[in-house]
Amino acid sequence: MSAYLQFDQVSKHFPGVTALGGVSFEAYAGAVHGLLGENGAGKSTLLKILGGQYRPDGGRLLLGGKECHFGSASDAIEAGIAVIHQELQYVPELTVAENVLLGRLPTRFGFVDKAAANRLVSERLAKIGVDLDPQARLIDLSIAQRQMVEICKAVMQDASVIAFDEPTSSLSHRETEILFRLVRDLRADGRTLIYISHRLEELYALCDSCTIFRDGRKVATHPVMDDVPRERLISDMVGRELSDIYDYRERPLGAERLQVRGMADGCDFSVRAGEVLGFFGLVGAGRSELMRQLYGADKRPKGTVLLDGAAVSHAGPSAAIEAGIVLCPEDRKEQGILAQSSVAENINISCRRNGLLGGVFLRHAREAALADEFIARLKIKTPHREQEIRLLSGGNQQKVILARWLAEPDLKVLILDEPTRGIDVGAKNDIYRIIHEVASRGCCVIVVSSELPEVLGISDRVAVMRDGRICGELARAQANETAVLSLALPDATSTPISARRTA
Amino acid sequence: MSTISLTNLPAARRRALLGEYSMPLAYAVLFVVLAATVDNFFSVANIVGLMLSVAQIGMVACTMMLCLASRDFDLSVGSTIAFAGVLGAMVLERTSSLPLAVIAGLGAGALIGAGNGVLIAYLRVNALIATLATMLMVRGLAFIVSQGQAVGINDDSFIAFGDARVFGLPLPIILCALCFLVFGILLNHTIFGRNTLAIGGNPEAARLAGVNVEKLRVWIFLLQGLVTGLAGLILASRITSGQPNAAQGFELDVISACVLGGVSLQGGKARIFGVLVGVLIMGTVENVMNLMNVDAFYQYLVRGLILLAAVLLDQLKSRGERH
Repeated sequence: MSAYLQFDQVSKHFPGVTALGGVSFEAYAGAVHGLLGENGAGKSTLLKILGGQYRPDGGRLLLGGKECHFGSASDAIEAGIAVIHQELQYVPELTVAENVLLGRLPTRFGFVDKAAANRLVSERLAKIGVDLDPQARLIDLSIAQRQMVEICKAVMQDASVIAFDEPTSSLSHRETEILFRLVRDLRADGRTLIYISHRLEELYALCDSCTIFRDGRKVATHPVMDDVPRERLISDMVGRELSDIYDYRERPLGAERLQVRGMADGCDFSVRAGEVLGFFGLVGAGRSELMRQLYGADKRPKGTVLLDGAAVSHAGPSAAIEAGIVLCPEDRKEQGILAQSSVAENINISCRRNGLLGGVFLRHAREAALADEFIARLKIKTPHREQEIRLLSGGNQQKVILARWLAEPDLKVLILDEPTRGIDVGAKNDIYRIIHEVASRGCCVIVVSSELPEVLGISDRVAVMRDGRICGELARAQANETAVLSLALPDATSTPISARRTA
Repeated sequence: MSTISLTNLPAARRRALLGEYSMPLAYAVLFVVLAATVDNFFSVANIVGLMLSVAQIGMVACTMMLCLASRDFDLSVGSTIAFAGVLGAMVLERTSSLPLAVIAGLGAGALIGAGNGVLIAYLRVNALIATLATMLMVRGLAFIVSQGQAVGINDDSFIAFGDARVFGLPLPIILCALCFLVFGILLNHTIFGRNTLAIGGNPEAARLAGVNVEKLRVWIFLLQGLVTGLAGLILASRITSGQPNAAQGFELDVISACVLGGVSLQGGKARIFGVLVGVLIMGTVENVMNLMNVDAFYQYLVRGLILLAAVLLDQLKSRGERH
């Protein structure tokens, strides 16, 4: 059998960067082909070429043996290619049916035929086994449901090639299951599927074969996924051996430094000096909300927060920072970075508060030195400190946000909400190392994460949340996947993804 | 950075610099061409006249720049100019005290600005709507307090305010230059300026990084009002009366100048030098059209076209960046 989709020596250059340097790989109909690589390895560029958004500078793209030239995204759709981007593209105010059929809505006497649209879409939804009301507006749906709509759209366009870019990054366990089932159905249906993810467990669970990229080049193609050991995938990706990316080392724990009392029902907890406390729970369990209250980002109507025995004011983020409590928010793009500002600006924004870096006038030289120091210390990959942060990869953006807080002279509590979401293995490892360093200085570190291996890997203690309450705490020795999940899941029957290997 | 010569820079950086200075370059070329081709343009008297004609726009453009940089908007400046002028003239008429008149004008401006700020920052009214409302209300107030009549000014010292010369230049030009200097330093060399850009770039991120977003926004609008009050007093002094219907459409001229100067309406980007060039382009074009006796009706058309061309140029630049 010959491959349905072929990339043949495809290259793409941007000013000063080779995004893709002659990449070849093939994907077969009725199979899922995984793409792996750190951020900046070239996967997104590849998807954009596939989706018609970029034109390659060299090489050929073949579909069913025929060479394709896409001038625009609609050319690609025409050719039967659907790309489901990490950031979903939909109109929130329109209904499911309208979104699925956008641009091709059935009409009657010149008006949109809503009944026909709803019927068409509900038939198709039923066929792919998704239970959704075609008349629901997308704004009222969960992210997972919106993704289903996007997939339905791809099926509706009769796409023969469907590419997924990090589809599970904001899905809960259960929603991920539904997505997996859909992907498997599409495979059984004979479609050619491309699947990008940073989560190796998912790739093992879903993919038949995979290709690994590094720095815009192909490192290897593994034709049979199950034959490749995990360590090999990681070393292919980062170009070195990573025995244990979590890099956990014992630290001496001090006295209780941070105590949270009565802030929300059933949410009292405390953290010792030098301790890393992991917060696990399903999406919507209330972890981010709890952290935002603790930080003062949201109103804190009641309760007390004690730091080294003294009450912390709840006047808002600036008061929390003053006390030494800082937060790296969940949504890097919306809440973390100043996209159009430079790396240096993003690092310095907080610590020049109240003239910490200089009196009335900014001390540019000092700010530059501080920025350079952190760029070197956290190994932030940027051409220079004046680079706009939006042009950096996700992992490096996250490091800049971390630098912002590590530059605080009197850091006591570091709260990280999903610190490694959507970033590559190498950068993750760097961030775990930073967490260890900060904790070793006697700070309290709180890590909220939906990645169970990560929570287990770096935490001294794990707090599990469910339905807005802390439903259990486990010391490192007791914390394993089964124990944590049985606390986190509403019914204790589910098993973790990594425990399943489905064909 | 300044130690590196342009030729040593990588191509991308060089292109970025060129993009950044495309408007000043365009203006320099325009100026040379006009000087060579238009009679009476390149004379001291005309250039001073040109600068005087944009002095008020220039001042207010400085604070409007801060406003736009923080992702806000202020439509009320035209009305504030009229109200500050009328109020100053009336206080002068009643009390014959120049300091009191100036305080009244500036104070009124600052209060209106602070009011806008509170409405927008604390009561979370959309900036466009809030300042549209104050624009109408303040214009109404100007008519009400003056009973619809121009308030004449006879005080020589007040009239001298708009007429006096320092180092051979009219006082309004000096004040305008001072505004550019002060707000340039404020934007680039103080925490205030940086935080202004930060809340414009990403308000939520700025708040979570410890910036007091609400307070800062009120201050920005207060400064805007204060400077607008000053511009109102200068205008009143130059036309020797407080006119309740003065400066109609002024807010649009100011915003046009800022946009010409490359200030992003999405917030987060502003350059004081760009705003200066924007103001000068507006003034020069108007000046030249007057010199060439272009019909006022056509002047509107030309000004609109120039604004559109500048924005389109900017679009093309940012599109070039993306691909």
